[in-house]
Amino acid sequence: MSHLRRAEAEALQKLPAIPRDETGPVFAEPWQAQVFAMTLALYERGLFSWPEWAEHLTAAINEAQLAGDPDCGDSYYLHWLNALENILQSKQIVLGDQLHIVQHAWAEAADSTPHGQAIELSAQQRAALVVNSSSRIG
Amino acid sequence: MSEEHSHDHEHSHLDETAIRVRALETLLTEKGYVEPGALDVFIDTYENQVGPRNGAQVVARSWVDMDYKKRLAEDASAAIAEFGFTGRQGEHMVAVFNTPDTHNMVVCTLCSCYPWPVLGLPPAWYKSAPYRSRVVVDPKGVLKEFNVDLPESVEIKVWDSTAEIRYLVVPEQPEGTENFTEEQLVELVNRNSMIGTGLASPATDVEGAGS
Repeated sequence: MSHLRRAEAEALQKLPAIPRDETGPVFAEPWQAQVFAMTLALYERGLFSWPEWAEHLTAAINEAQLAGDPDCGDSYYLHWLNALENILQSKQIVLGDQLHIVQHAWAEAADSTPHGQAIELSAQQRAALVVNSSSRIG
Repeated sequence: MSEEHSHDHEHSHLDETAIRVRALETLLTEKGYVEPGALDVFIDTYENQVGPRNGAQVVARSWVDMDYKKRLAEDASAAIAEFGFTGRQGEHMVAVFNTPDTHNMVVCTLCSCYPWPVLGLPPAWYKSAPYRSRVVVDPKGVLKEFNVDLPESVEIKVWDSTAEIRYLVVPEQPEGTENFTEEQLVELVNRNSMIGTGLASPATDVEGAGS
């Protein structure tokens, strides 16, 4: 075995085993399905091309791997979420501070919803969001 | 979203990821970019309607109908569209055929491009870094992990998918299935055999066949 082959073999052994799921669910959690569907819907509206999307997804995957994610398939839709936030912000469709405001509204809504009930934004919260987002978009 | 709240059991809780997704959906809905009802249609399609059975129908047809096989080799997108399966991303489909001398495997090394219209959404291992990096440098080793042992003489070709080009592996028809109906053959075409990490299932896997 040449040095190159040996180095290759050693490098291979350091990689984690390939995860196996024969009949696992398509989406492990509802949010994964939502992220997936939003991406498709926005693509079909022509907000970005599919190669453009693949580029953002690749960048999100690389970034996660650099940050230490073993990237074994279970974080796949988290890559999608990061890529979707990035592509929407780079196109100024959604701005970072708008996202932050709405994220806080949802956290508050969860806090004020008794356990077991569906978490919804109140009409008041929604009205505030419309004002916020339209004034920011100008 | 870095601050931690303490939660007691009387309140609901959303984790950070769920909150990020809801916030995106709220904003995109308010701005008129997405309709919640339309999202549900996408989800239902990919959870329940599109799956490896689509690809299995394509492969089984190519085994029994040589004219179809020719069309599939020449223009896979068009041949697959004969079943009504078409891609939404404008991707171009290419069918690669296994022979006694050649075994084909598919990967997407950059992200996880996958032929959705014929296989549905990819399994976790296809999306994993270990598969994506190893299949390129050590395809035989990866095949062994999937319990596929091919003779030394078989050449393995690895096809790297892109946003524009997706590959469908057409496995070899299993021995002893010459008299099977197309419907019976569909049952033998499993998902992994169309990615190249497996072979079509043996004839004995079809109930009531071969007797």
